[in-house]
Amino acid sequence: MANQPKGAIVGLGVTSMGKIYGRRSVDFAAEAIALALEDAGLTKNDVDGLLINANIPNDMDPRMQMALGFENLTLINVMNGYGSTAGAMMQYACMAISEGLAKTVVLVYADAPLTPSRGAGASYSGPHRFPLGGMAGLKAAYGDFGANLGYAMAAQRHMHLYGTTEDHLGIIAVGQRKWAQMSPWAQMKAPMTMEDHHNSRWIAQPLRLFDCCLVSNGAVAVIVTSAERARNLKQVPVNVLGYATASPGDNLNTARHPAVETGAKRSGEMAFRMAGVTREDIGTCQLYDCYTYTVLVTLEDYGFCAKGEGGPFVADGRLGPGGSLPTNTGGGQLSGYYMWAFTPLSEAVVQARGQGGARQAPRHDYVLVSGNGGILNFHSTLILSKHASG
Amino acid sequence: MSQTIAKPIPVPDEITAPFFDGARASKLMLQHCAACDSWSFPVRERCPHCFSGTLQWRQASGRGTLYTFAIMHQVMNPGFASSVPYNVSQIDLEEGVRMVANVVGVANDALRIGMKLEAIFEDVGETVRIPKFRPAVG
Repeated sequence: MANQPKGAIVGLGVTSMGKIYGRRSVDFAAEAIALALEDAGLTKNDVDGLLINANIPNDMDPRMQMALGFENLTLINVMNGYGSTAGAMMQYACMAISEGLAKTVVLVYADAPLTPSRGAGASYSGPHRFPLGGMAGLKAAYGDFGANLGYAMAAQRHMHLYGTTEDHLGIIAVGQRKWAQMSPWAQMKAPMTMEDHHNSRWIAQPLRLFDCCLVSNGAVAVIVTSAERARNLKQVPVNVLGYATASPGDNLNTARHPAVETGAKRSGEMAFRMAGVTREDIGTCQLYDCYTYTVLVTLEDYGFCAKGEGGPFVADGRLGPGGSLPTNTGGGQLSGYYMWAFTPLSEAVVQARGQGGARQAPRHDYVLVSGNGGILNFHSTLILSKHASG
Repeated sequence: MSQTIAKPIPVPDEITAPFFDGARASKLMLQHCAACDSWSFPVRERCPHCFSGTLQWRQASGRGTLYTFAIMHQVMNPGFASSVPYNVSQIDLEEGVRMVANVVGVANDALRIGMKLEAIFEDVGETVRIPKFRPAVG
């Protein structure tokens, strides 16, 4: 018997992204939800579930219910698995819908860390209150600040073990910039060559500026309902066929290697089994890309190539336009916009519907979406499709 | 007149005091679980392997190998403005824990994953010393 969809995405709202000042997260959230409702052909009164993705500045909280004027909710929560959260939110929404706890659930991420007075790199860095006590103080004494270092150390380990090169990381950034040039929502449109990538400044060696994601002010909302109800709504339903999270835990145990072996393996296997599809069915991937390295290691752990062969796998440009595995077709977080896992999720909805225009992947029956949080500590997988089964 | 902004100095608290007291005496003190015979880091109340509350402080060997590293070029704290580029490294200790620290006594471009390291102790304030690592002698 064919697997049944767990639920369906029927609305998508994406605000303008980037250096848009003077608006708070909640203002962006309201706009994204309004756009998603319009996209779905639904009204605010139809909404009875609100799942809010936490963000780094911690200004996404349950009071958003009041700020947005919702008075009819039977499901509300703020969820946080860092960059993996969207996948977990989708699980919760679909399970709540199938249990009859809600019919129309809004999932929203918003953030507004950029201000005119400081660089994007400082957006998530403070305010720290020094001195810091205990282990936090020890980290600070070593100059161990922010996520860039953790991913740089993970990439360095991969390079050491498998011979991954700067070209392998660069081709991912270059391909995604080409995709971004075709997306109306993308922040970075200027052409990027491999030479541009190699000439961009070091952030945390071996990662350069163009290996790192953007910072964005903006919001994304998606609306989820049952697959049955979705058939009678405005858009081509995007069925949720598989979902799983798998989180491999701490980096600080010598018996384990989360830097090069992520939760994508386990959550991918679970989600594929649930959806009843295989990797060969996937026409396009929308992968969490906080760094170029994240894409490479995620492809390995999903089994698109053997462990350690991610570099040679991407080297022919297959992830870019015209390639055999179109990936991050909206430019991703590297060149599109940084909305945690709502970046890959939003583009997956566009691709699954076939609304990608110039950037539409030729095969888009089944779309693979990943989320990743912490320093590769948390992972989520979604398999989405216009088809009701695998 | 230029003024150097100091790096942040850690403040020992109740649970981490034995670690910092050890460092002042040039000893790398880590927690060891009597129930499951395993070491852990960073400092915490319960063993992350078996959840036992019987963690005891023991002196670790201070010997390890370089698991991975990165060279930081961003100034995320003004105290490090004159230190960039500097390394932040993960060191696998013989005891089975992976510590994050700086490796000193070797140029950044001479760092090699797998190189043997040993702990040394560096003053970062009048009363605070912290472990760092250097290439093992001999």
